[in-house]
Amino acid sequence: MKLFPIRGGIHPDYRKELSSEKVIVALPLPAALYIPLQQHIGVPSEVLVNVGDLVKKGQMIARSGGTLSAPQHAPTSGHIRSITDIPAPHPSGLAQTTIVLEPDGKDEWGELPAPIVDPFTADPHTINERVAASGIVGMGGAAFPSAIKLNLGTQKKLEILLLNGAECEPYLTCDDRVMREHADEVIDGARIMAHALGVHRVVVAIEQNKPQAIDAMTRAASAFSEVEVVGVPVQYPMGSERHLVQAITGRETPAKKLTADIGVLVHNVATARAVHHAVRFGRPLISRVVTVSGKAVREPNNIEVPIGARVADLIAFCGGFSVEPESLVNGGPMMGQPLPGLDVPVVKGMSGILALTAAEINQQPASSCIRCGVCVTICPCGLSPVDMAAFIRKDNFETAAKLGVMDCVSCGSCSWLCPSHIPLVHYFNYAKGMINAQDREQRKIEQTRMLAEAHALRVEKAAAEKAAFLAAKKAQAAAASAAKEKDGTPA
Amino acid sequence: MLLAVSSLTIMGVTLGSILGAAAYFLAVEEDPLEEELKAMLPGSQCGQCGYVGCSQYAVALAKDEAPITLCTPGGKAVIEVLAKKMGVTADLSEHEEKVPEYAFIIEDLCIGCTRCIKECSVDAIMGANKLMHTVIAEACHGCEKCIQVCPTDAIVMHPVPLTLSSWHWAKPEDQHVVH
Repeated sequence: MKLFPIRGGIHPDYRKELSSEKVIVALPLPAALYIPLQQHIGVPSEVLVNVGDLVKKGQMIARSGGTLSAPQHAPTSGHIRSITDIPAPHPSGLAQTTIVLEPDGKDEWGELPAPIVDPFTADPHTINERVAASGIVGMGGAAFPSAIKLNLGTQKKLEILLLNGAECEPYLTCDDRVMREHADEVIDGARIMAHALGVHRVVVAIEQNKPQAIDAMTRAASAFSEVEVVGVPVQYPMGSERHLVQAITGRETPAKKLTADIGVLVHNVATARAVHHAVRFGRPLISRVVTVSGKAVREPNNIEVPIGARVADLIAFCGGFSVEPESLVNGGPMMGQPLPGLDVPVVKGMSGILALTAAEINQQPASSCIRCGVCVTICPCGLSPVDMAAFIRKDNFETAAKLGVMDCVSCGSCSWLCPSHIPLVHYFNYAKGMINAQDREQRKIEQTRMLAEAHALRVEKAAAEKAAFLAAKKAQAAAASAAKEKDGTPA
Repeated sequence: MLLAVSSLTIMGVTLGSILGAAAYFLAVEEDPLEEELKAMLPGSQCGQCGYVGCSQYAVALAKDEAPITLCTPGGKAVIEVLAKKMGVTADLSEHEEKVPEYAFIIEDLCIGCTRCIKECSVDAIMGANKLMHTVIAEACHGCEKCIQVCPTDAIVMHPVPLTLSSWHWAKPEDQHVVH
């Protein structure tokens, strides 16, 4: 298959060998599971259980909170100990509502929805509903509710379902292991999604540094003519969906558009496996494979973790820390976010937990820009990081937006390469946050204006009604008195 | 026939010119800038700026009689658009400290008098006579008008909490130079 080049990018030290040969192992059930209501992009889920309730494995414990939302399910059987606010696995460390489940050790399945026997003749709507009810969200990290993406098949003209197995972030090996060990499940899930979307071509893209995964997936796909497995060049950020689409099709996704607008829908390989479980067995998304790695971890590993296990449980399972980590990261080292602590739970979008030593992160103080232009040359989005950062530094977000800061995918290539160690991507994340906050404020003002207008209208209408009512009453009274006078009976 | 047509024509022309002259001589002067500024303000007529309502504040702004930082519910966003329209630099130094707030009714103190409901210009308060009231936090824009009319001091202002979706990264510490 002909591949197309992508712009810029970098070649960091991959360090995948720390965990790439470790077979996926299941985490022993921890003493408590902490299931946050917001593990996805959109509205938080709504709690369906009460403290003290006995729940079965796979039972829905929080339902979808709206159109853009996802339900949560019990990862094992047990009692609901409490519903409380605990820190989220988010750089802010802000608390969010979390259901605390105390496993009873029986790990008993509850009643599951019936498997869809022949998904390839089923109505796409049935599959979408099953995916939505199973709480499946994008497992590559963004955690976007998958059912909404599957519904795009009816709204946009799609040609290709692109399965993202690039895993371009250093350290992470969870997708690699899933593809090596569960290739059949991934391919089946992908074919089911393709059927739901109405597309007739599935491309699985895997970076060439994972030859075993490419082999396993090619073998699993050999029986199906519509599925093609492609090895893509090792070039960070190949796993960014826009860049992967460009590498496969040669088409560039326009700014502010989705890849679906140019006919390609991208899903992560682990998401495809979750769809397979939901459709073939009726099992909701209650566990995921997480890579625990970094040189501060004694025994890096790939672990199948029930959603809600604490990060501390995983670290303990990997033998604890060999040295005090300098930095704890949720996700990969390039785009991952710092973890606020070890007590936060594993969520659906968490692909890796990294405990890095000072030597690994190589943090250095920033110095002056020497205007070497490297950031401009390697920006995979074709932006000019040096200019944008200069404007953002002066809080000039308008110009930064004109220069395209909202099109930055925060891949971190510029920060990684900058010889002056300027935290460029940090500037862009800050600017994006500020621009979004301004948009929110503007929307709030518009909403207030709308409400104020509606209020004024309502008050006016009420006054008019009252006046009409009084006038009618007066007329009635006048008519009555006139009638009395006519009767000649003095009051 | 001819008489009717000509008399009506004469009447039309005369009355028309009187109307035209009246419109010209008795015209109420309105600054187009006022209209534009009014459209930028939230329009909730809360009066926190010290003027009766948004249009009066817009008039004062257009005449350059009022600073652009008076609109509390509008916050920084309104100040910035006003600054851009007026061609001045906004002095946000004082404003920065004020975080957005929403009203909250202490349920134990509420006697259900409905005064706050009548006062609210965005219909953000729910409740009925002699029944407890509550504020719909998403609709409240923090004008504080309800606090002034509450006979039992049951309304307090709460800062709008930071959530996972509204949180964002702070500015990197400025230790280096990007020219």
